Parts: sequence; structure tokens; C-alpha cells
Amino acid sequence: MRLLALILLGAAWAQSGTQPDFLLSAAAPGNMGGKLVVSIRSEPRTFNPVTAVDQVSVGIISRTMADLIHINRGSQKTEPALARSWTASKDGTVFTVKLRRGLKFSDGAPFDADDVVFSFKVYLDEKVHSPHRDLLMIGNKPIRVEKLDKFTVRFIFPSSYAPLERLFDTLPMLPRHLLENDYRDGKIADAWGLNTPPDKIAGLGPFRVKEFVPGQRVVLEKNPYYWKADSKGQKLPYLDGITFLIVPNQDAQVVRFEAGDTQIISGLSGDNFAALEPEQQTRHFKLYDAGPGLEYNFLMFNLNDDTGKYPEVARRQKWFRDVRFRQAVSAAIDRTAIVRLVYHGRATPLATHVSPGNKLWFNHAIPAPVHSPDKAKQLLKAAAFSWNSKGALMDSSGEPVEFTILVSSSNQQRMQMATLILEDLKQIGITAHVVSMEGRAAVDRVLNSHEYDSVIMGLASGDVDPTPDNNVWMSNGQTHLWHLGEKTPATPWEAELDRLLEKQLITLSYAERKELYDRFQQIEAEQLPMIYLATPSVLVGAQENLGNFQPAVIEQYTLWNAEELFWHTPGKH
Amino acid sequence: MRASTKFRWAAGFLLVLHVVVIFAGFIAPYDYQSQDRLHPFAPPARVHLVDCSGKLHLHPFVYGLKDSGQGFGSYAADCSQVLPLRFFVRGDEYSLLGIFHSTLHLFGVDAPAQVKVLGSDGFGRDQFSRLLYGGQVSLFAGLLAALLALSGALLVGAISGLYGGVTDDALMRLAEVAVAVPSFYLLLAVRSLLPLRTGPVVAFLLVVCIIGFLSWARPARLVRGVVLSGRERNFVLAARGFGASRSYLLRRHLMPMTFPVLITQMVVLVPQFILAEVLLSFLGLGISEPFPSWGNMLAYAQQYHILVSYGWMLAPGLMLLPVILAYHVLADALQEKLQLTA
Repeated sequence: MRLLALILLGAAWAQSGTQPDFLLSAAAPGNMGGKLVVSIRSEPRTFNPVTAVDQVSVGIISRTMADLIHINRGSQKTEPALARSWTASKDGTVFTVKLRRGLKFSDGAPFDADDVVFSFKVYLDEKVHSPHRDLLMIGNKPIRVEKLDKFTVRFIFPSSYAPLERLFDTLPMLPRHLLENDYRDGKIADAWGLNTPPDKIAGLGPFRVKEFVPGQRVVLEKNPYYWKADSKGQKLPYLDGITFLIVPNQDAQVVRFEAGDTQIISGLSGDNFAALEPEQQTRHFKLYDAGPGLEYNFLMFNLNDDTGKYPEVARRQKWFRDVRFRQAVSAAIDRTAIVRLVYHGRATPLATHVSPGNKLWFNHAIPAPVHSPDKAKQLLKAAAFSWNSKGALMDSSGEPVEFTILVSSSNQQRMQMATLILEDLKQIGITAHVVSMEGRAAVDRVLNSHEYDSVIMGLASGDVDPTPDNNVWMSNGQTHLWHLGEKTPATPWEAELDRLLEKQLITLSYAERKELYDRFQQIEAEQLPMIYLATPSVLVGAQENLGNFQPAVIEQYTLWNAEELFWHTPGKH
Repeated sequence: MRASTKFRWAAGFLLVLHVVVIFAGFIAPYDYQSQDRLHPFAPPARVHLVDCSGKLHLHPFVYGLKDSGQGFGSYAADCSQVLPLRFFVRGDEYSLLGIFHSTLHLFGVDAPAQVKVLGSDGFGRDQFSRLLYGGQVSLFAGLLAALLALSGALLVGAISGLYGGVTDDALMRLAEVAVAVPSFYLLLAVRSLLPLRTGPVVAFLLVVCIIGFLSWARPARLVRGVVLSGRERNFVLAARGFGASRSYLLRRHLMPMTFPVLITQMVVLVPQFILAEVLLSFLGLGISEPFPSWGNMLAYAQQYHILVSYGWMLAPGLMLLPVILAYHVLADALQEKLQLTA
């Protein structure tokens, strides 16, 4: 008995002897204490990082989990997280990661290489259907993960892979001790649902789940074992907790923020931003325009070749397939009007899908799109279109040019863009009709039935790196929206885009990749598979005494550095 | 006020309103879709007689707008730009009832300036013109759909109540099915069967038919109830005893009994249907941009920033109030009249 006590004591001694390997935060040191309340638009679906896909769940889970290597949302570059350092082999196929030592999950259990290996095993398992799996498959082959020692892990890529360490961002490291049984029983996808008791959920993030009240709120509390500290030696996070209030619509979220019930608001529309602006002084909050984000809105013509079932559509496609027609439509669209009237000036016109908010990859050589009905008319004339006595545009066979623009009726902004484009096209003699439809029905037409002429949509890149968007741009991609299901590239320029994308994926030097991607954007701007319209600025707001608040243009616009947020006057919150 | 006076006021108001919206093209100074991108959310124009320097004008005029320098959608009157109101001016082309084409408008100012008596929306479109054109859709769609629904209700309800037995069972089960059909999915299915583009007239008729079709069942049950109880009334039994035919009973005794119910239903349904049209256009079945209807104008005005900053966008809502009120008064008066004659 005494011996056992001694051994236990010895173990405790050894534990406290090894100082955990803290990461020093570069942010300004702040005050401990206080709580933060933010609104979310729906209930989360799960607390399970393996299967979560919806924005709300991912947003909450990201606060409770940590990744090996993290993309700093401010600089858009990678930085160490759970990995203390890493090395890559020359050809970029072998990647060795050293983990921080002495770290603990939020339930106090230690973290080591076994957890990392376990996490990747789960993500890569085909039967689990994790959304992360696609990113870990390179050229249809999985990456291999090996444990070298207790704190070293080796990743072997099937071929060289340019984005390399960016791959690890938001890939949460799972606690093996809590999830291994579920995994072995094939039930990991159902683990950590909304009914799971909070003490059975643990991660390495700055906060941990404390309470979930269905239909009302999710409460996170501080993780006492978190592994970051500030320059004064205080352990992060500063805040005692974060409460996510469920407030279903944006207008209601604005009202809650205005009343001070919530202290951060993100995803503001230009008009709500303008409506809140005059109240900044009296209500003690501050609004931020973080600049153009990564969302791109576009008008896209149906270039699918399986539209035989819809003769009306098929007949019009001979116009849509002519690049001069697409260029003419692009020249006819007054993007500054879109920026001004739809976004109240808080947006940027686009020439390609890459927004100027993407600091690392935006091609500055491509001129901003110019609104010129004259140029549009010249292009149409060159493409053998003509105008009748009433000024209506006719194609070479004398048929009036008329088409529909599909738009999701739940998106006010895109509806408004459609109304503007309608009028713009009238100026060059094209009669367009808006067909507004419930969101899912509209998407179904684009993805499945292909019964549409053109559509206004928006997509948001998840990361600044080109690679995660490959499924849109590769001709065989799952969401190659304008022409789905191409076995081989349908046009020479699509073949060229494929080649450039494939090449940049295995090129390791940033400068060379940038050159390839610049060329990619050039082709995009000329061929206009989509007619790019505008990218809205990321607009957010926060109470003015919230410290270290740094909105970013990549997803998780506001809470990405939740561990560094602090109150200048913690007593009041 | 006496019932007949009230009735006259209400009927007169509704009549005038319907005539006004039919002649929207002439009364509205602009086309419903002409945009003025330099003046989004312009406030309602004020008609002046006295100018900035205090001088009295005999001819009413409005001022042009200039940017007030306080950001998006804020304007100040431009005293240097006096725009006299003119009557019977030439402007955008329109058609009346799809037959007459004209460019003559009741009033306006010298182009290119515009007079917007109810301000403009986010595209600089004249709210007054849109309100009138929108009324064409909303007032008539509401009315026609209600008539359609209630005729269906009367037909089914009366047959069901009068014949009873198997007929009654079958019809009432059918009504239950109609009530229980998940209309959202039904509407999605209808939309997917239609061609991509439906012209405004087709869209209008579609709205009327869909709303009418989806709402006959509830009033049908009410009608059935009335007929069922009426069938056992002494004077009806007496008429039957004297050998009155079923159709005679229905015409002479039972149908008049259902009128109070139908009229009350009508008054409740019309405003409901005006708003139901919004839901339809949301699903791609109603009137869609750039065509206005009061429903989709209100849906647009629901946005927080519009509610707090641009109150004039709620004009269609304000128009609905007297319309609904007039329908109620009309119903009350009609009911009184019918009771008196009965």
C-alpha cells in the first residue's frame, strides 16, 4: 500500500516536473475574465468534429478543437499549433511533425502521437464518411500517417503536394481515449451528438462545451488545460466562456446586437452595416469593414451538353457557347451599380473568381471589368448578331435573343443583382426574364436537371489557396457548375485550366505556383465560364471594449482568435 | 352612420381603387420597371408653392434632389432645380387593358428629372407607379382567388350537405385530403412542371388558380354545416312536404342561408390571399421581378435597414389597411341587408 502511494506520488511529481510546452501568443496581453455572447442562425447539428459540415456546427466545434498547423486568419499564412515544428523532404512527399509535449485535452487526459494517428485513421476511413477525407486524398490515394515516437509523427504523401502544411488547418485532433470505442464499434459518426453529456466531450481548443439548451443556446466555458500563454505568462483564453444564442434571421441578429444582448455580429450586409453605422457612438460598438472577402457572386450560363430534353434551353445554348456572347454580356453589366445599390458600396467588382481579398493569389495584372454597352455591341456584331428596327437583338437566324435568369428567392442580394442585370441587358437589346425560385429548387436545376438558361449564384472559397476549390475548376470536378460531368475537357481552354491546376498542385515553389495561377486567372477572365460580378466585403461589428478583435476575410471571420479576445472592463461582462 | 351610407362609402372606395389601378398606366407617371440608379431610396417628393428664397409661385413645383453628402440614400432638396408639376405629359409607353397604347400620363415633370410622390425603392424606381401597377395584381388576384375558392366551396358544401350519405362522406374526405396536402411540396412540384418562364398573365392566372385550389376545403365544410342544419329547419321540411325539388330547395332556401357565411369568409380571405401571393412568388410561382405586386413590394420592405430608414417603402401595407377595412364594412352591410330581406 505504501509502495503504491509512493509510486503515485512519484508519478505526480514527474508530471508537474515536465512543464507543458506552451505556445506564446503574439497578441497584446489582456485581462482575464468576462463572457462573450454571439448569435448563430440555427442550432448546431452536432458536436462531432468528424462529421460536422454545416457552418454553425463547425463554427462552435472549432472553438473546442485544435489542429496541428493553423492558418492565421490575419496573415493568411500557416503557423505552428499543436505541432511545435515540422520538416518536409525536398520532393515534398515526406512531412515530419514534432508535437508539443505535456499537453492535455480539456478533460485533463494527456495528448500524444497516438491521438494524432487515431485522428487521421478516423478521417481517412471510408466507412466514416468524414467530409475531411477528400482533402486527405491526393490523386485518389490517401496520405499515410506513422508514429515515430511519442511526440513525432510522419506523414507520407502519395505524390508531392504543393499546399502541404495548409492541409492540416481546421483538422481537429481527436481524443483517442474518448472516441476509440465508438470507432471500433463503427459508431463514431453518431458520437458526440447534441445529447451527449458535456463531460464526455473533450478537445484541445480554448473552450469546452458546458451546456446546450435546444432552440436557445450553446454555452462554452474556458478550457483550463489550454496550451497558449501571453507575453505576461497568463494562460489563455482570457474569457471565462462564450455563449452562442440561436437567433434565426439576420435582421433579428442585428436588433440583438444593437441592444447589446450580443457583443459580436458577423456577416452583416452592406445595408444593415449602413443602418447600424450612425449608432456606433451612442451604443458603444464599432463596425469593421475587413475588406473584400472570398465569396464571389456570378452570372453563369448553362453550358451542359445533356440538355436535349429541354429544346428551349438547347436552342439558346448556341449563343451561350460563343465566348463573344459571354464577353458582351459581361461588358453590358454595370458592376459599379451592383456594388453601389446592392452592397451600398461595400463590395468590389470582380474580373475573375479570385477576389482582391486573397492577398497571396490575386492577379493584379488583370484589368478591372469595364462597363461598356458599346463594346458589348461590337462583340455581338462580330459574332453575327444584329438588331431589328425596335432595337431588339437577333441572332444570325433572325431569332430574338431572349433568356431567363434563375435566382434563389431567399437571397435578397442576388435578387437585386438580377433586377439590375435585366435592365443592363435591355440596353443592348437582350430581353432577359428573372425566374426566382426557392433556393433548393434552384440549386437542383443547376446541379441535377440542368433545366435553366443562366443563373446567379455565389460561392465562397474556404481557403486562399487554389487547391480546395479544385472541384469547381477541374473539368471533371464534382461542382464544375457550368458543365457537369465532363469526362474529358469539353473545350481547349478547359483543358488548359486543368493542366495549370494539376501542375500547380505538384509545384512546390510559391513563385512558380503563382505564375501558373496568374495564367489560370487570365484564361478565366477571357473565357468567362462564369460572369463574375462582385465580392462583398466582410462586415462585422463588436463592442468597443473588446480587445484583440481582428476580423478576417477567411471563414470564422470574428471568433478565429477567440482565445485572445478579452474585455478591457471584464467586470461588466 | 347608417348601414346603407357605410355600404356606399366602402363600395365606392373599392370601386374607385379598382378603376385607378386599371388605369395605372395613365395615372402613374413612370413605368414600373424604369430604374433611376442615381437616386435609390429617394424620399417622397414634397410639392411646394413657396421656393427656398421665400417667393410664392402660382404653379405647384417640386425640387430636384442632390446628394446630401451623408452617404448612401440621403438627399437634400436642390434649390437651384425648380421642377414645375405638369399635367398630361408624354412619358414611358404603356398599354391599357392590353389594348390601347399610349405615352400620355396624368402628371409629371420635365425629363430627365423625375417626380416621385411616394419616393423610390433601392433601384430608384418610382414607388407610386409601382404601387398602382402592383395593385392590378394584388387586388384582382385576391378577389378572383377568393371568388374561385368560395364557388368551389359552395358547390361541394351544398351537394355534400344536401345529399348526405355516401356523397357527403366522399366529398368531405376529399376536403380533408385537400386540407392535409403539404402545400409546400405540391407547389414545388407544380413549379417544376411549368416551363422556365411564365409570362405575367399566365403567372397571374396561376396565382389565382393555385390559391383558389388550395383553399376551397375549409369554407366547403362551413357551407356543408349550414346546409346540413338548414335541411332540418321547419320551413325547409314544409317545402319538401309540398313536393319541392332538391334544386328548388337549394336555390330558394338553402343557398341564401349560406350567404352570410360566404361573405364573412370572403372578407377574411381576400386580404389573406393578397399576402399569400408573396409566398407563391417566393417559390417561383407568383409575380416576379421586375413586375410589382403589393405582396412582393412588402416582402422587399421587410428588410431591417429599410424598416428603420425608408418608411415610405411600407406604402403597400398602408394601402392594404383601407382595403381590408372597406371589405369588412361591405360585408357587415351586406349581411345586415340579407338578414333584413330574410
